[in-house]
Amino acid sequence: MRKTLLDIKNLRLSFFTPAGEVKALNDISISMQEGDVLGIVGESGSGKSVTASAIMGLTAYPGKIIGGTIDFNGHRINEMSEKEMRKIRGKEVSMIFQDPMTSLNPVYTIGNQIMEVLKLHTDLNKQQAYERSVELLKLVGINEPEKRLKQYPHELSGGMRQRVMIAIGLACEPKLLIADEPTTALDVTIQAQILELMMELKNKINMSIIMITHDLGIVANMCDKIVVMYAGKVVETGTADEIFYNPKHEYTKGLLRSIPKLDSEKHEKLIPIEGTPVDLLNPPAGCPFAPRCGQCMKICLKRMPEFTELSDTHKSACWMLQKEAFEQKRREEK
Amino acid sequence: MDNKKKPLSFHLDVSDFLPADEREKQSMVVMRESVSFWKDGFRRLRKNKLAMASLVVIIIIMISAFIVPSFYPYSYEQQIRGSENLGIMEYSDAEIERIKSGEEVFPHILGTDSLGRDLMIRIMVGSKISLLVGIVASAIILVIGSAYGSIAGYFGGKVDMIMMRAVDIIYTVPDILIIILLSVTLKFPLKELADNVKAFAWINTVGIGLISIFVVFSLLYWVGMARIVRGQVLMLKEQEYVVAAKALGASDSRIIKKHLLTNSIGTLIVTTTLQIPSSIFTESFLSFLGLGVSAPMPSLGSLASQAIGGISSYPHRLMAPAIVISLIILSFNLLGDGLRDAFDPRLKN
Amino acid sequence: MSGYIIKRVISAIVTLFLVATLTFFLMYLVPGGPFLSEKAPSQQTLKALEEKYGLDQPIGVQYLNYMKRLIRGDLGTSLKMRGQEVNDIIKTRFPVSAKIGLMAVILAICVGIPLGSVAALNRGNWFDRLIMFLSTLGIAIPGFVVATVLMFFFGVRLRILPTFGLTSPLHYILPVAALALYPTAYISRLMRSSMLDVLGQDYMRTARAKGLSQFKALFKHALRNAVLPVVTYLGPMLAGILTGSFVVEKIFTIPGLGSQFVGSITDRDYPLIMGTTIFLAFLLITMNVIVDIAYKIIDPRIKLK
Repeated sequence: MRKTLLDIKNLRLSFFTPAGEVKALNDISISMQEGDVLGIVGESGSGKSVTASAIMGLTAYPGKIIGGTIDFNGHRINEMSEKEMRKIRGKEVSMIFQDPMTSLNPVYTIGNQIMEVLKLHTDLNKQQAYERSVELLKLVGINEPEKRLKQYPHELSGGMRQRVMIAIGLACEPKLLIADEPTTALDVTIQAQILELMMELKNKINMSIIMITHDLGIVANMCDKIVVMYAGKVVETGTADEIFYNPKHEYTKGLLRSIPKLDSEKHEKLIPIEGTPVDLLNPPAGCPFAPRCGQCMKICLKRMPEFTELSDTHKSACWMLQKEAFEQKRREEK
Repeated sequence: MDNKKKPLSFHLDVSDFLPADEREKQSMVVMRESVSFWKDGFRRLRKNKLAMASLVVIIIIMISAFIVPSFYPYSYEQQIRGSENLGIMEYSDAEIERIKSGEEVFPHILGTDSLGRDLMIRIMVGSKISLLVGIVASAIILVIGSAYGSIAGYFGGKVDMIMMRAVDIIYTVPDILIIILLSVTLKFPLKELADNVKAFAWINTVGIGLISIFVVFSLLYWVGMARIVRGQVLMLKEQEYVVAAKALGASDSRIIKKHLLTNSIGTLIVTTTLQIPSSIFTESFLSFLGLGVSAPMPSLGSLASQAIGGISSYPHRLMAPAIVISLIILSFNLLGDGLRDAFDPRLKN
Repeated sequence: MSGYIIKRVISAIVTLFLVATLTFFLMYLVPGGPFLSEKAPSQQTLKALEEKYGLDQPIGVQYLNYMKRLIRGDLGTSLKMRGQEVNDIIKTRFPVSAKIGLMAVILAICVGIPLGSVAALNRGNWFDRLIMFLSTLGIAIPGFVVATVLMFFFGVRLRILPTFGLTSPLHYILPVAALALYPTAYISRLMRSSMLDVLGQDYMRTARAKGLSQFKALFKHALRNAVLPVVTYLGPMLAGILTGSFVVEKIFTIPGLGSQFVGSITDRDYPLIMGTTIFLAFLLITMNVIVDIAYKIIDPRIKLK
């Protein structure tokens, strides 16, 4: 059994806005082992990015963790001081973002921004830091690294910038890299290159990756384990195979129906998920997906379903599964 | 529906697994109603307390500037003998006599000036002049600027390049110096024009000072507006509905009127609203230099600058018009900011 | 870069030429030409003037002569202060104004930038609201009111600060404060909004994700980006300070170029008005060019253009 790297238990996080408390994360539990690639899938507003910020200890004001724990690599993140947390960020866990066009500071050179993180977390002197930066740029597949180090972000293409971001992320060989939609803003061909690079580097320096995305295609190719989130809740988790071939939650099924398949024989229609997500200002008592769900039952509107364990790795929170169990139990009773 | 069921009870009922109907599902969704651009904007504006308060202040000042003077018992140029230099709510000896004999004498709420003119009415008329300067100048700027800017932006290419090069040059001219220069000199030809050419005799009725201010402001300030409008038009031009309208064979003028201007109207309103206080501000500065609207017509700026000399004995004569100017400028600024937050679609989150 | 500078300098020269031409023709509108005011000067002066400026010649020739003198840097002779060259007046008066103006610029930057930044960091709380309220007010009150009220309150009522002339360091406090109020208010608003903008940028998240402290991230990553719009405001700010100096110098009786200019307007001393206008226009246009070029240097994104 590999070591557990990240263990989030019953995390609750709310944003206290003037309009009221927005329950962005409502009792979520996620865990991952060392060396895993974990995919977190969900539409915008489902809490994916908020989860990532919480792991980094960077929950933005007016957000606040109001319950639960986050354990990462032996640290209890939600109880650490800002000062302790700073030593972990960029060193043991680092993060890359959606838009490489804006995630690098436009007024500093690439070299300055890579060496900044080295200066912060290592004892390298200036010359060593420079050499390490050159090495890092080579590692992420950037030609002429010496020249690039002197350039400003706007002089680089989008794909190149994302490579620089990855180089910054990997500078201190972190245990965990959180990639928040790392390819959404890139061209499709560049997307593939970046993902490939990430997988390659993962094996090289033995780190784990959390891949946050709404693109199921990416997840299918890369991830060992998938967490499906909806409206601040985890609705289904499982291995990639389980999620793709045996989805149990109606939302997951809907997501899969809404992506095109290349190998389908028939001219299948893509089916979008109708409706809009619930208002997290006053989340419903029941399953948050119920109003959009084709199989919605009366109970779904009243109570949040428990997780049903379908295998060691596969869990899903849907009343449909409970219904099956319930009916089976009734049949047995009879 | 059995709402009385204990929430923590895990007892389940067969009926719970019946499919829920649409109505039940919908009851859970708190839909935000979809609203039109204008409705949405006004709703946001109404929520902005500061902007609404400013609007109220502007309306009150406008009423007292444009309506109240017509039935106010004193007039702005009337010099009351014996009532010179009265303080706030003071009466002259003659007026006290009249009150004693049972006559009703309207109080000098803010006292009188050294020529025995009632300060309250002068401030009201001064607000009228200042507001006129602000509103008329901004309206002229709006017309010139948006015509110029939309033509340049719409036709693009060489037309745009030449037109905007001219704007760039005017933009780099230090405007305040030219405004001073124009104010110094423009009165002479204007006066000649009004005296000698019959068609321009109306200039004398409106007042040469006022006209020259309008001309000066609109000569210089339209460039900013033209730039903004051009930027808007360039941005909108690329959008699909304009392309669609073109494909459907709509004429140029129709596209400019119907699509481009209606879509940039939010920005125009905001820019114009913010132009008003800046014109008033500049006029008050010119008044201080003695170049503003000329006597006997008072503007707030000239009232305040005339009071500077006597500040140690009559501070209220400076404070009253100064407060009104500041209030007008402040209110228009805040209203403009509020309008921008409410109507500028680019800032919509 | 050098191409940009050349382009900018050429356009500045064109603008200056336009201003000079405009000035000449506007002054020509004044009855009797620029050298005669309503009060006719003595026959002797008139003759001397006509000789010197060739007023009897056609307007085209007059214009050419005027431009020639201008290129040599000769701004003419004052009407009211007999025999005084405009150049000499500017030479003695301008340093006084420049000193006060520079102090006001420094004060406005040193106060406005921190105030705006701190307001942005405390967005929505009482400090932010206070700063925003004060700066909105600071923008709404005309300069001459500010100056007069300051003078009245500190000079006349409290009698703690001198209000007249510039003979000791204490004398500088009120005029500089009056001059700096508007730009300070403006800079704090500008700084607040650009800081808010920068704080929401992704690279700030990156900085924090690297493990930088809040303070360091602000200083290194936010400040430099947020200050850029303030640099673009420097040009208009100088014009504003100049306008302010007319008012402030007159109210505090400071022997600078501003009070001189106001005096020349009141006196209808047209050659002096003309000369000062051209000098100030030259100053402002040059400053604008310098600021524009400085901006390009500070912001690497537009260096290439």
